[in-house]
Amino acid sequence: MVFANPAVVSAGLDLEASFTDLLQGLGLSPGAAHLLWLPLPMLLVLVAAVVGVLVNVWLERKISAAVQQRIGPEYAGALGILQPLADGLKLLFKEDIIPARADGLLFTLGPVLVLVPVILSWLVVPFGQNLLISNVGVGIFLWISLSSIQPIGLLMAGYASNNKYSLLGGLRAAAQSISYEIPLALAVLAVVMMSNSLSTVDIVDQQTGAGILSWNIWRQPVGFAIFWICALAECERLPFDLPEAEEELVAGYQTEYSGMKFALFYLGSYINLVLSALLVSVLYLGGWGFPLPVEWIVNLTGQPIDAPLVQVITATTGIVMTVLKAYLLVFFAILLRWTVPRVRIDQLLDLGWKFLLPIALVNLLVTAGLKLAFPAFFGG
Amino acid sequence: MTIASSTQLICFTVLSAVVAIGALGVVLLPNIVYSAFLLGGVFLSVAGLYLLLNASFVAAAQVLVYVGAVNVLILFAIMLVNKTEDLAAIPGLAVRRLLSGAVCAGLFALLLRVAFTTPWATPGPEPVGEEATIRIGEHLFSDYLLPFELASVLLLMAMIGAIVLARRDVMTTDIVTGEPADQGLIEKSRTPLLLEKSN
Repeated sequence: MVFANPAVVSAGLDLEASFTDLLQGLGLSPGAAHLLWLPLPMLLVLVAAVVGVLVNVWLERKISAAVQQRIGPEYAGALGILQPLADGLKLLFKEDIIPARADGLLFTLGPVLVLVPVILSWLVVPFGQNLLISNVGVGIFLWISLSSIQPIGLLMAGYASNNKYSLLGGLRAAAQSISYEIPLALAVLAVVMMSNSLSTVDIVDQQTGAGILSWNIWRQPVGFAIFWICALAECERLPFDLPEAEEELVAGYQTEYSGMKFALFYLGSYINLVLSALLVSVLYLGGWGFPLPVEWIVNLTGQPIDAPLVQVITATTGIVMTVLKAYLLVFFAILLRWTVPRVRIDQLLDLGWKFLLPIALVNLLVTAGLKLAFPAFFGG
Repeated sequence: MTIASSTQLICFTVLSAVVAIGALGVVLLPNIVYSAFLLGGVFLSVAGLYLLLNASFVAAAQVLVYVGAVNVLILFAIMLVNKTEDLAAIPGLAVRRLLSGAVCAGLFALLLRVAFTTPWATPGPEPVGEEATIRIGEHLFSDYLLPFELASVLLLMAMIGAIVLARRDVMTTDIVTGEPADQGLIEKSRTPLLLEKSN
Protein backbone atom coordinates (compact mmCIF):
# COMPACT_ATOMS: atom_id res chain seq x y z
CA MET A 1 0.00 0.00 0.00
CA VAL A 2 1.35 3.35 -0.89
CA PHE A 3 0.60 6.97 -0.68
CA ALA A 4 0.58 6.78 -4.43
CA ASN A 5 0.26 10.34 -5.55
CA PRO A 6 2.48 12.64 -3.52
CA ALA A 7 1.12 15.70 -5.31
CA VAL A 8 -2.32 15.10 -3.83
CA VAL A 9 -1.21 14.51 -0.24
CA SER A 10 1.41 17.22 -0.09
CA ALA A 11 0.09 18.01 3.35
CA GLY A 12 0.21 15.33 6.00
CA LEU A 13 1.84 11.92 5.89
CA ASP A 14 3.57 10.63 2.79
CA LEU A 15 5.05 7.19 3.42
CA GLU A 16 6.80 6.98 0.06
CA ALA A 17 8.55 10.33 0.48
CA SER A 18 9.69 9.56 4.01
CA PHE A 19 10.94 6.10 2.99
CA THR A 20 12.92 7.41 -0.01
CA ASP A 21 14.23 10.32 2.08
CA LEU A 22 15.47 7.82 4.66
CA LEU A 23 17.25 5.73 2.01
CA GLN A 24 18.72 8.81 0.35
CA GLY A 25 19.99 9.81 3.77
CA LEU A 26 21.89 6.49 3.75
CA GLY A 27 23.60 7.55 0.51
CA LEU A 28 21.43 5.93 -2.18
CA SER A 29 20.47 7.68 -5.41
CA PRO A 30 16.80 8.78 -5.75
CA GLY A 31 16.27 6.19 -8.52
CA ALA A 32 17.60 3.33 -6.40
CA ALA A 33 15.54 4.47 -3.41
CA HIS A 34 12.41 4.52 -5.56
CA LEU A 35 13.30 1.06 -6.92
CA LEU A 36 13.59 -0.29 -3.37
CA TRP A 37 10.25 1.30 -2.46
CA LEU A 38 8.35 -0.19 -5.42
CA PRO A 39 8.11 -3.86 -4.29
CA LEU A 40 7.07 -2.96 -0.73
CA PRO A 41 3.40 -2.07 -1.36
CA MET A 42 3.08 -4.99 -3.75
CA LEU A 43 4.45 -7.43 -1.17
CA LEU A 44 2.19 -5.96 1.48
CA VAL A 45 -0.90 -6.41 -0.67
CA LEU A 46 0.15 -9.95 -1.63
CA VAL A 47 0.54 -10.84 2.04
CA ALA A 48 -2.80 -9.18 2.78
CA ALA A 49 -4.43 -11.25 0.03
CA VAL A 50 -2.99 -14.52 1.34
CA VAL A 51 -3.88 -13.73 4.94
CA GLY A 52 -7.35 -12.80 3.67
CA VAL A 53 -7.61 -16.28 2.17
CA LEU A 54 -6.56 -17.94 5.43
CA VAL A 55 -9.23 -15.99 7.31
CA ASN A 56 -11.69 -16.89 4.60
CA VAL A 57 -10.98 -20.62 4.84
CA TRP A 58 -11.36 -20.50 8.60
CA LEU A 59 -14.64 -18.60 8.28
CA GLU A 60 -15.90 -21.07 5.71
CA ARG A 61 -15.15 -24.00 8.01
CA LYS A 62 -16.58 -22.36 11.13
CA ILE A 63 -19.69 -20.92 9.50
CA SER A 64 -20.51 -24.10 7.61
CA ALA A 65 -20.15 -25.96 10.91
CA ALA A 66 -22.46 -23.50 12.64
CA VAL A 67 -25.01 -23.78 9.84
CA GLN A 68 -25.03 -27.54 10.17
CA GLN A 69 -24.96 -27.39 13.99
CA ARG A 70 -21.48 -28.86 14.25
CA ILE A 71 -18.50 -27.38 16.08
CA GLY A 72 -15.99 -27.34 13.24
CA PRO A 73 -12.22 -27.21 13.70
CA GLU A 74 -11.24 -26.56 17.29
CA TYR A 75 -7.96 -28.32 18.12
CA ALA A 76 -5.56 -26.40 15.85
CA GLY A 77 -5.11 -23.22 17.85
CA ALA A 78 -7.84 -21.38 19.75
CA LEU A 79 -11.20 -21.94 17.97
CA GLY A 80 -9.29 -23.84 15.26
CA ILE A 81 -7.76 -20.63 13.99
CA LEU A 82 -4.63 -22.43 12.77
CA GLN A 83 -6.66 -24.94 10.73
CA PRO A 84 -6.20 -23.06 7.39
CA LEU A 85 -2.43 -23.02 7.98
CA ALA A 86 -2.54 -26.77 8.59
CA ASP A 87 -4.55 -27.18 5.37
CA GLY A 88 -1.99 -25.14 3.47
CA LEU A 89 0.94 -27.09 4.89
CA LYS A 90 -0.76 -30.37 4.01
CA LEU A 91 -1.17 -29.26 0.41
CA LEU A 92 2.44 -28.04 0.34
CA PHE A 93 3.81 -31.43 1.34
CA LYS A 94 1.50 -33.55 -0.78
CA GLU A 95 2.98 -35.35 -3.77
CA ASP A 96 2.65 -33.36 -6.96
CA ILE A 97 1.23 -35.75 -9.56
CA ILE A 98 1.06 -35.16 -13.29
CA PRO A 99 -1.06 -37.93 -14.85
CA ALA A 100 0.83 -40.12 -17.32
CA ARG A 101 -1.31 -39.23 -20.37
CA ALA A 102 -1.71 -35.56 -19.44
CA ASP A 103 -0.02 -32.69 -21.21
CA GLY A 104 2.63 -31.72 -18.64
CA LEU A 105 3.31 -28.19 -19.84
CA LEU A 106 -0.30 -27.03 -20.15
CA PHE A 107 -1.19 -28.96 -16.96
CA THR A 108 1.33 -26.84 -15.04
CA LEU A 109 0.53 -23.57 -16.78
CA GLY A 110 -3.26 -23.83 -16.24
CA PRO A 111 -3.40 -23.13 -12.47
CA VAL A 112 -0.82 -20.34 -12.85
CA LEU A 113 -2.97 -18.62 -15.49
CA VAL A 114 -5.96 -18.89 -13.15
CA LEU A 115 -4.15 -17.37 -10.17
CA VAL A 116 -2.02 -14.60 -11.70
CA PRO A 117 -4.85 -12.38 -13.12
CA VAL A 118 -6.68 -12.55 -9.79
CA ILE A 119 -3.61 -11.39 -7.90
CA LEU A 120 -2.88 -8.68 -10.49
CA SER A 121 -6.40 -7.32 -9.98
CA TRP A 122 -5.47 -6.32 -6.41
CA LEU A 123 -3.57 -3.49 -8.10
CA VAL A 124 -6.69 -1.35 -8.20
CA VAL A 125 -8.27 -2.18 -4.82
CA PRO A 126 -8.20 0.97 -2.68
CA PHE A 127 -8.05 0.79 1.13
CA GLY A 128 -7.99 4.57 1.50
CA GLN A 129 -7.67 7.79 -0.45
CA ASN A 130 -4.06 7.03 -1.32
CA LEU A 131 -3.77 3.51 0.05
CA LEU A 132 -3.55 1.44 -3.10
CA ILE A 133 -0.74 0.13 -5.28
CA SER A 134 -1.58 2.17 -8.33
CA ASN A 135 -4.41 4.54 -9.09
CA VAL A 136 -4.48 3.66 -12.78
CA GLY A 137 -6.93 5.57 -14.93
CA VAL A 138 -8.59 2.46 -16.34
CA GLY A 139 -9.14 1.20 -12.76
CA ILE A 140 -12.18 -1.02 -12.61
CA PHE A 141 -11.95 -1.80 -16.35
CA LEU A 142 -8.54 -3.35 -15.68
CA TRP A 143 -10.19 -5.77 -13.26
CA ILE A 144 -12.89 -6.70 -15.79
CA SER A 145 -10.35 -7.35 -18.53
CA LEU A 146 -7.99 -9.26 -16.24
CA SER A 147 -10.77 -11.50 -15.00
CA SER A 148 -11.48 -12.42 -18.63
CA ILE A 149 -8.07 -14.16 -18.83
CA GLN A 150 -9.12 -16.70 -16.21
CA PRO A 151 -11.28 -18.88 -18.49
CA ILE A 152 -8.21 -19.56 -20.63
CA GLY A 153 -6.43 -21.04 -17.63
CA LEU A 154 -9.52 -23.10 -16.79
CA LEU A 155 -9.83 -24.40 -20.36
CA MET A 156 -6.12 -25.17 -20.34
CA ALA A 157 -6.37 -27.12 -17.09
CA GLY A 158 -9.46 -28.96 -18.31
CA TYR A 159 -7.90 -29.89 -21.63
CA ALA A 160 -4.45 -30.83 -20.32
CA SER A 161 -5.80 -33.20 -17.68
CA ASN A 162 -6.91 -35.61 -20.41
CA ASN A 163 -10.02 -36.52 -18.47
CA LYS A 164 -13.62 -36.15 -19.61
CA TYR A 165 -14.80 -34.66 -16.33
CA SER A 166 -11.98 -32.14 -16.36
CA LEU A 167 -12.71 -31.08 -19.92
CA LEU A 168 -16.43 -30.71 -19.21
CA GLY A 169 -15.67 -28.77 -16.04
CA GLY A 170 -13.29 -26.48 -17.89
CA LEU A 171 -15.80 -25.84 -20.69
CA ARG A 172 -18.56 -25.15 -18.17
CA ALA A 173 -16.33 -22.77 -16.22
CA ALA A 174 -15.41 -20.83 -19.35
CA ALA A 175 -19.03 -20.68 -20.57
CA GLN A 176 -20.22 -19.49 -17.18
CA SER A 177 -17.49 -16.92 -16.90
CA ILE A 178 -18.22 -15.46 -20.36
CA SER A 179 -21.99 -15.38 -19.79
CA TYR A 180 -21.77 -13.50 -16.51
CA GLU A 181 -19.00 -11.15 -17.56
CA ILE A 182 -21.42 -9.12 -19.70
CA PRO A 183 -24.10 -8.25 -17.10
CA LEU A 184 -21.27 -7.67 -14.63
CA ALA A 185 -19.59 -5.18 -16.94
CA LEU A 186 -22.94 -3.45 -17.61
CA ALA A 187 -23.61 -3.11 -13.88
CA VAL A 188 -20.15 -1.61 -13.42
CA LEU A 189 -20.78 0.70 -16.37
CA ALA A 190 -23.82 2.21 -14.64
CA VAL A 191 -21.68 3.04 -11.60
CA VAL A 192 -18.91 4.41 -13.82
CA MET A 193 -21.47 6.59 -15.57
CA MET A 194 -22.45 8.15 -12.25
CA SER A 195 -18.89 8.82 -11.11
CA ASN A 196 -17.58 9.94 -14.54
CA SER A 197 -14.42 7.90 -14.01
CA LEU A 198 -13.14 4.35 -14.22
CA SER A 199 -10.72 4.88 -11.36
CA THR A 200 -11.69 3.06 -8.17
CA VAL A 201 -10.58 6.01 -6.05
CA ASP A 202 -12.88 8.39 -7.93
CA ILE A 203 -15.74 5.92 -7.63
CA VAL A 204 -15.37 5.88 -3.84
CA ASP A 205 -14.83 9.64 -3.67
CA GLN A 206 -18.14 10.15 -5.42
CA GLN A 207 -19.83 8.17 -2.61
CA THR A 208 -18.46 10.27 0.24
CA GLY A 209 -20.11 13.38 1.58
CA ALA A 210 -23.20 12.19 3.40
CA GLY A 211 -21.81 9.01 4.93
CA ILE A 212 -24.00 5.93 4.54
CA LEU A 213 -26.69 7.90 2.69
CA SER A 214 -24.42 8.69 -0.25
CA TRP A 215 -23.39 5.08 -0.91
CA ASN A 216 -24.16 3.77 -4.33
CA ILE A 217 -26.36 0.95 -3.05
CA TRP A 218 -29.25 3.40 -2.60
CA ARG A 219 -28.85 4.74 -6.14
CA GLN A 220 -28.05 1.42 -7.77
CA PRO A 221 -30.01 -1.27 -5.91
CA VAL A 222 -30.61 -3.28 -9.09
CA GLY A 223 -27.00 -2.90 -10.18
CA PHE A 224 -25.89 -4.08 -6.76
CA ALA A 225 -28.00 -7.25 -7.03
CA ILE A 226 -26.78 -7.94 -10.58
CA PHE A 227 -23.16 -7.35 -9.63
CA TRP A 228 -23.35 -9.58 -6.57
CA ILE A 229 -25.02 -12.45 -8.48
CA CYS A 230 -22.48 -12.17 -11.30
CA ALA A 231 -19.57 -11.94 -8.87
CA LEU A 232 -20.73 -15.15 -7.20
CA ALA A 233 -20.97 -16.80 -10.61
CA GLU A 234 -17.51 -15.56 -11.59
CA CYS A 235 -16.08 -16.96 -8.34
CA GLU A 236 -17.88 -20.27 -8.97
CA ARG A 237 -19.53 -20.12 -5.58
CA LEU A 238 -22.72 -21.96 -4.85
CA PRO A 239 -25.39 -21.71 -6.22
CA PHE A 240 -23.20 -21.37 -9.32
CA ASP A 241 -20.46 -23.94 -8.66
CA LEU A 242 -21.37 -26.10 -11.67
CA PRO A 243 -17.80 -26.34 -13.01
CA GLU A 244 -16.88 -28.46 -10.00
CA ALA A 245 -20.26 -30.03 -9.28
CA GLU A 246 -19.10 -33.03 -7.32
CA GLU A 247 -22.13 -35.23 -7.99
CA GLU A 248 -21.77 -34.89 -11.76
CA LEU A 249 -18.16 -34.06 -12.58
CA VAL A 250 -16.12 -35.45 -9.63
CA ALA A 251 -14.39 -32.08 -9.15
CA GLY A 252 -14.51 -30.56 -12.63
CA TYR A 253 -11.26 -29.17 -13.95
CA GLN A 254 -9.55 -29.81 -10.58
CA THR A 255 -10.11 -33.57 -10.73
CA GLU A 256 -6.56 -34.56 -11.68
CA TYR A 257 -4.78 -31.94 -9.62
CA SER A 258 -3.09 -32.54 -6.30
CA GLY A 259 -0.58 -30.88 -4.03
CA MET A 260 0.54 -27.37 -4.78
CA LYS A 261 -1.14 -27.13 -8.20
CA PHE A 262 -4.49 -27.87 -6.57
CA ALA A 263 -3.59 -25.34 -3.91
CA LEU A 264 -3.17 -22.71 -6.63
CA PHE A 265 -6.77 -23.27 -7.78
CA TYR A 266 -7.94 -23.21 -4.18
CA LEU A 267 -6.02 -20.02 -3.47
CA GLY A 268 -7.23 -18.46 -6.70
CA SER A 269 -10.89 -19.09 -5.95
CA TYR A 270 -10.68 -17.71 -2.42
CA ILE A 271 -8.59 -14.67 -3.41
CA ASN A 272 -11.18 -14.05 -6.09
CA LEU A 273 -13.99 -14.21 -3.54
CA VAL A 274 -12.28 -11.71 -1.25
CA LEU A 275 -11.48 -9.50 -4.24
CA SER A 276 -15.07 -9.56 -5.46
CA ALA A 277 -16.33 -8.69 -1.99
CA LEU A 278 -13.83 -5.82 -1.80
CA LEU A 279 -14.96 -4.54 -5.18
CA VAL A 280 -18.64 -4.74 -4.21
CA SER A 281 -17.80 -2.63 -1.18
CA VAL A 282 -15.84 -0.20 -3.38
CA LEU A 283 -18.54 0.08 -6.03
CA TYR A 284 -21.68 0.05 -3.92
CA LEU A 285 -20.90 0.31 -0.20
CA GLY A 286 -18.73 3.39 -0.13
CA GLY A 287 -15.32 1.66 -0.04
CA TRP A 288 -13.28 3.00 2.86
CA GLY A 289 -16.02 5.43 3.86
CA PHE A 290 -17.28 5.43 7.44
CA PRO A 291 -21.11 5.39 7.84
CA LEU A 292 -20.78 8.91 9.26
CA PRO A 293 -18.76 11.46 7.26
CA VAL A 294 -15.20 11.45 8.62
CA GLU A 295 -14.66 15.16 7.94
CA TRP A 296 -17.66 15.94 10.09
CA ILE A 297 -16.27 13.91 13.02
CA VAL A 298 -12.82 15.48 12.62
CA ASN A 299 -14.32 18.96 12.63
CA LEU A 300 -16.18 18.06 15.82
CA THR A 301 -12.88 17.29 17.57
CA GLY A 302 -11.42 20.55 16.31
CA GLN A 303 -8.27 19.00 14.81
CA PRO A 304 -6.93 19.98 11.36
CA ILE A 305 -7.68 17.21 8.81
CA ASP A 306 -4.04 16.85 7.73
CA ALA A 307 -2.52 16.47 11.21
CA PRO A 308 -0.42 13.27 11.30
CA LEU A 309 -2.40 11.69 14.12
CA VAL A 310 -5.74 12.41 12.41
CA GLN A 311 -4.36 11.03 9.15
CA VAL A 312 -3.25 7.81 10.82
CA ILE A 313 -6.63 7.42 12.50
CA THR A 314 -8.64 8.11 9.34
CA ALA A 315 -6.41 5.74 7.30
CA THR A 316 -6.89 3.03 9.93
CA THR A 317 -10.66 3.50 9.96
CA GLY A 318 -10.58 3.36 6.15
CA ILE A 319 -8.76 0.03 6.09
CA VAL A 320 -10.96 -1.38 8.86
CA MET A 321 -14.15 -0.26 7.10
CA THR A 322 -13.08 -1.70 3.73
CA VAL A 323 -12.13 -5.05 5.25
CA LEU A 324 -15.23 -5.11 7.47
CA LYS A 325 -17.59 -4.52 4.54
CA ALA A 326 -15.77 -7.07 2.41
CA TYR A 327 -15.92 -9.74 5.10
CA LEU A 328 -19.58 -9.02 5.76
CA LEU A 329 -20.17 -9.85 2.09
CA VAL A 330 -17.95 -12.93 2.35
CA PHE A 331 -20.07 -14.01 5.32
CA PHE A 332 -23.20 -13.70 3.17
CA ALA A 333 -21.52 -15.65 0.37
CA ILE A 334 -20.62 -18.47 2.77
CA LEU A 335 -24.11 -18.47 4.27
CA LEU A 336 -25.55 -18.65 0.74
CA ARG A 337 -23.29 -21.58 -0.05
CA TRP A 338 -24.68 -23.63 2.80
CA THR A 339 -28.28 -22.56 2.24
CA VAL A 340 -29.22 -22.70 -1.43
CA PRO A 341 -29.04 -25.65 -3.82
CA ARG A 342 -27.02 -25.64 -7.03
CA VAL A 343 -28.72 -24.54 -10.26
CA ARG A 344 -28.69 -26.63 -13.45
CA ILE A 345 -26.47 -25.57 -16.34
CA ASP A 346 -29.44 -24.53 -18.52
CA GLN A 347 -30.95 -22.57 -15.63
CA LEU A 348 -27.61 -20.88 -15.13
CA LEU A 349 -27.31 -19.82 -18.75
CA ASP A 350 -30.99 -18.79 -18.90
CA LEU A 351 -30.53 -16.63 -15.81
CA GLY A 352 -27.44 -15.00 -17.27
CA TRP A 353 -28.58 -14.33 -20.81
CA LYS A 354 -32.36 -14.01 -20.56
CA PHE A 355 -32.73 -12.32 -17.19
CA LEU A 356 -29.61 -10.56 -15.94
CA LEU A 357 -28.49 -9.19 -19.32
CA PRO A 358 -31.80 -7.40 -20.16
CA ILE A 359 -32.16 -6.17 -16.58
CA ALA A 360 -28.60 -4.84 -16.65
CA LEU A 361 -29.29 -3.04 -19.93
CA VAL A 362 -32.48 -1.48 -18.54
CA ASN A 363 -30.58 -0.49 -15.39
CA LEU A 364 -27.96 1.25 -17.53
CA LEU A 365 -30.62 3.07 -19.53
CA VAL A 366 -32.51 4.17 -16.40
CA THR A 367 -29.27 5.36 -14.81
CA ALA A 368 -28.49 7.42 -17.90
CA GLY A 369 -31.99 8.93 -17.81
CA LEU A 370 -31.78 9.71 -14.09
CA LYS A 371 -28.35 11.22 -14.57
CA LEU A 372 -29.78 13.60 -17.16
CA ALA A 373 -32.88 14.35 -15.08
CA PHE A 374 -31.29 14.71 -11.61
CA PRO A 375 -27.61 15.52 -12.16
CA ALA A 376 -27.24 16.56 -8.51
CA PHE A 377 -28.02 13.09 -7.19
CA PHE A 378 -26.68 10.90 -9.98
CA GLY A 379 -23.36 12.59 -10.69
CA GLY A 380 -23.86 15.27 -13.32
CA MET B 1 20.38 5.55 -19.10
CA THR B 2 17.82 5.87 -16.30
CA ILE B 3 16.15 2.94 -14.59
CA ALA B 4 12.79 3.76 -16.21
CA SER B 5 14.11 3.81 -19.75
CA SER B 6 16.15 0.62 -19.35
CA THR B 7 13.10 -1.14 -17.86
CA GLN B 8 11.12 0.06 -20.84
CA LEU B 9 13.77 -1.23 -23.25
CA ILE B 10 13.90 -4.65 -21.58
CA CYS B 11 10.08 -4.89 -21.58
CA PHE B 12 9.94 -3.88 -25.23
CA THR B 13 12.56 -6.47 -26.24
CA VAL B 14 10.90 -9.28 -24.32
CA LEU B 15 7.39 -8.41 -25.54
CA SER B 16 8.45 -8.10 -29.18
CA ALA B 17 10.32 -11.40 -28.98
CA VAL B 18 7.24 -13.09 -27.51
CA VAL B 19 5.02 -11.58 -30.21
CA ALA B 20 7.32 -12.65 -33.04
CA ILE B 21 8.18 -16.14 -31.76
CA GLY B 22 4.64 -16.76 -30.53
CA ALA B 23 3.14 -15.75 -33.87
CA LEU B 24 5.53 -18.09 -35.67
CA GLY B 25 4.51 -20.83 -33.26
CA VAL B 26 0.82 -20.20 -33.94
CA VAL B 27 1.41 -20.84 -37.64
CA LEU B 28 4.02 -23.59 -37.49
CA LEU B 29 2.99 -25.83 -34.59
CA PRO B 30 1.25 -29.02 -35.70
CA ASN B 31 -0.94 -29.18 -32.57
CA ILE B 32 -3.86 -26.80 -33.06
CA VAL B 33 -4.54 -26.51 -29.32
CA TYR B 34 -1.01 -25.23 -28.71
CA SER B 35 -1.49 -22.76 -31.54
CA ALA B 36 -4.66 -21.43 -29.94
CA PHE B 37 -3.06 -21.02 -26.51
CA LEU B 38 -0.01 -19.36 -28.08
CA LEU B 39 -2.36 -16.96 -29.88
CA GLY B 40 -3.62 -15.90 -26.47
CA GLY B 41 -0.03 -15.25 -25.41
CA VAL B 42 0.57 -13.16 -28.52
CA PHE B 43 -2.57 -11.09 -27.82
CA LEU B 44 -1.42 -10.52 -24.24
CA SER B 45 2.03 -9.39 -25.41
CA VAL B 46 0.45 -6.96 -27.88
CA ALA B 47 -1.54 -5.57 -24.94
CA GLY B 48 1.79 -5.18 -23.15
CA LEU B 49 3.15 -3.20 -26.11
CA TYR B 50 0.11 -0.91 -25.92
CA LEU B 51 0.86 -0.39 -22.22
CA LEU B 52 4.42 0.64 -23.14
CA LEU B 53 2.89 3.21 -25.50
CA ASN B 54 0.90 4.72 -22.59
CA ALA B 55 -2.36 3.45 -24.06
CA SER B 56 -3.71 1.64 -21.00
CA PHE B 57 -7.35 1.74 -22.09
CA VAL B 58 -6.53 0.18 -25.45
CA ALA B 59 -4.41 -2.44 -23.67
CA ALA B 60 -7.26 -3.36 -21.32
CA ALA B 61 -9.71 -3.46 -24.24
CA GLN B 62 -7.27 -5.65 -26.18
CA VAL B 63 -7.14 -8.15 -23.30
CA LEU B 64 -10.91 -8.10 -22.81
CA VAL B 65 -11.85 -8.48 -26.48
CA TYR B 66 -9.06 -10.58 -27.94
CA VAL B 67 -7.98 -12.76 -25.03
CA GLY B 68 -11.25 -12.86 -23.10
CA ALA B 69 -13.63 -13.26 -26.02
CA VAL B 70 -11.98 -14.14 -29.34
CA ASN B 71 -9.38 -16.53 -28.02
CA VAL B 72 -11.76 -18.24 -25.63
CA LEU B 73 -14.24 -18.76 -28.46
CA ILE B 74 -11.49 -20.22 -30.66
CA LEU B 75 -10.56 -22.59 -27.84
CA PHE B 76 -14.21 -23.52 -27.37
CA ALA B 77 -14.57 -24.33 -31.04
CA ILE B 78 -11.40 -26.44 -31.01
CA MET B 79 -12.30 -28.32 -27.86
CA LEU B 80 -15.86 -29.05 -28.93
CA VAL B 81 -14.88 -30.47 -32.33
CA ASN B 82 -11.35 -31.67 -31.62
CA LYS B 83 -10.82 -35.24 -32.75
CA THR B 84 -7.76 -37.23 -31.86
CA GLU B 85 -7.46 -38.83 -35.28
CA ASP B 86 -4.81 -37.45 -37.66
CA LEU B 87 -5.89 -35.56 -40.73
CA ALA B 88 -5.37 -37.23 -44.09
CA ALA B 89 -2.15 -36.12 -45.78
CA ILE B 90 -2.67 -33.56 -48.54
CA PRO B 91 -0.93 -34.40 -51.84
CA GLY B 92 2.01 -32.18 -52.72
CA LEU B 93 2.41 -30.84 -49.20
CA ALA B 94 6.08 -29.94 -49.69
CA VAL B 95 5.33 -27.80 -52.76
CA ARG B 96 2.45 -26.07 -50.97
CA ARG B 97 4.62 -25.29 -47.97
CA LEU B 98 7.37 -23.94 -50.21
CA LEU B 99 4.89 -21.73 -52.08
CA SER B 100 3.27 -20.32 -48.93
CA GLY B 101 6.73 -19.79 -47.44
CA ALA B 102 7.75 -17.81 -50.53
CA VAL B 103 4.58 -15.67 -50.34
CA CYS B 104 5.22 -14.95 -46.68
CA ALA B 105 8.88 -14.07 -47.34
CA GLY B 106 7.81 -11.69 -50.12
CA LEU B 107 5.28 -10.01 -47.87
CA PHE B 108 7.89 -9.71 -45.13
CA ALA B 109 10.37 -8.10 -47.58
CA LEU B 110 7.68 -5.65 -48.70
CA LEU B 111 6.86 -4.69 -45.11
CA LEU B 112 10.55 -4.26 -44.28
CA ARG B 113 10.98 -1.99 -47.29
CA VAL B 114 7.97 0.12 -46.27
CA ALA B 115 9.23 0.30 -42.69
CA PHE B 116 12.67 1.49 -43.75
CA THR B 117 11.64 3.92 -46.48
CA THR B 118 8.79 5.66 -44.62
CA PRO B 119 9.98 8.88 -42.95
CA TRP B 120 8.74 8.16 -39.41
CA ALA B 121 8.22 11.19 -37.22
CA THR B 122 10.40 10.44 -34.18
CA PRO B 123 9.56 11.08 -31.46
CA GLY B 124 5.88 10.63 -32.23
CA PRO B 125 3.05 12.82 -30.94
CA GLU B 126 2.83 13.36 -27.21
CA PRO B 127 0.89 10.46 -25.56
CA VAL B 128 -2.34 11.67 -23.98
CA GLY B 129 -2.09 9.05 -21.20
CA GLU B 130 -5.15 8.80 -18.97
CA GLU B 131 -7.02 11.30 -21.15
CA ALA B 132 -7.12 8.64 -23.87
CA THR B 133 -10.39 7.15 -22.59
CA ILE B 134 -12.18 10.47 -22.98
CA ARG B 135 -10.58 11.06 -26.40
CA ILE B 136 -11.63 7.61 -27.66
CA GLY B 137 -15.17 8.21 -26.41
CA GLU B 138 -15.38 11.57 -28.18
CA HIS B 139 -14.17 10.05 -31.45
CA LEU B 140 -16.55 7.09 -31.22
CA PHE B 141 -19.50 9.45 -30.88
CA SER B 142 -18.44 11.98 -33.50
CA ASP B 143 -16.29 11.30 -36.56
CA TYR B 144 -16.03 7.53 -36.08
CA LEU B 145 -19.73 7.05 -35.33
CA LEU B 146 -20.59 5.52 -38.71
CA PRO B 147 -17.75 2.95 -38.82
CA PHE B 148 -18.51 2.06 -35.20
CA GLU B 149 -22.19 1.49 -35.90
CA LEU B 150 -21.40 -0.40 -39.11
CA ALA B 151 -19.11 -2.71 -37.15
CA SER B 152 -21.92 -3.41 -34.69
CA VAL B 153 -24.32 -4.20 -37.55
CA LEU B 154 -21.68 -6.53 -39.01
CA LEU B 155 -21.36 -8.31 -35.67
CA LEU B 156 -25.14 -8.61 -35.44
CA MET B 157 -25.23 -10.19 -38.90
CA ALA B 158 -22.50 -12.63 -37.92
CA MET B 159 -24.43 -13.52 -34.80
CA ILE B 160 -27.69 -14.16 -36.66
CA GLY B 161 -25.75 -16.19 -39.23
CA ALA B 162 -24.22 -18.31 -36.49
CA ILE B 163 -27.66 -18.94 -34.96
CA VAL B 164 -29.10 -19.91 -38.34
CA LEU B 165 -26.23 -22.31 -38.97
CA ALA B 166 -26.37 -23.81 -35.50
CA ARG B 167 -30.17 -24.23 -35.31
CA ARG B 168 -31.17 -25.68 -38.66
CA ASP B 169 -34.01 -27.56 -36.94
CA VAL B 170 -35.88 -24.31 -36.47
CA MET B 171 -36.06 -23.77 -40.22
CA THR B 172 -37.22 -27.23 -41.31
CA THR B 173 -40.57 -27.81 -42.99
CA ASP B 174 -42.88 -30.59 -42.01
CA ILE B 175 -41.80 -33.71 -43.92
CA VAL B 176 -45.29 -35.18 -44.30
CA THR B 177 -47.30 -32.13 -45.34
CA GLY B 178 -44.50 -29.99 -46.77
CA GLU B 179 -45.82 -27.03 -44.82
CA PRO B 180 -43.59 -24.94 -42.59
CA ALA B 181 -43.29 -26.51 -39.15
CA ASP B 182 -44.64 -24.72 -36.09
CA GLN B 183 -41.64 -22.70 -34.95
CA GLY B 184 -42.97 -22.29 -31.43
CA LEU B 185 -43.28 -26.01 -30.88
CA ILE B 186 -39.71 -26.64 -31.98
CA GLU B 187 -38.45 -23.83 -29.79
CA LYS B 188 -40.24 -25.22 -26.78
CA SER B 189 -39.35 -28.87 -27.30
CA ARG B 190 -36.37 -29.81 -25.23
CA THR B 191 -34.52 -33.06 -25.11
CA PRO B 192 -35.52 -34.75 -21.86
CA LEU B 193 -32.78 -34.79 -19.25
CA LEU B 194 -33.22 -38.48 -18.44
CA LEU B 195 -33.42 -40.53 -21.60
CA GLU B 196 -35.34 -43.79 -21.43
CA LYS B 197 -33.38 -46.90 -22.18
CA SER B 198 -34.44 -48.08 -25.61
CA ASN B 199 -33.51 -51.75 -25.20
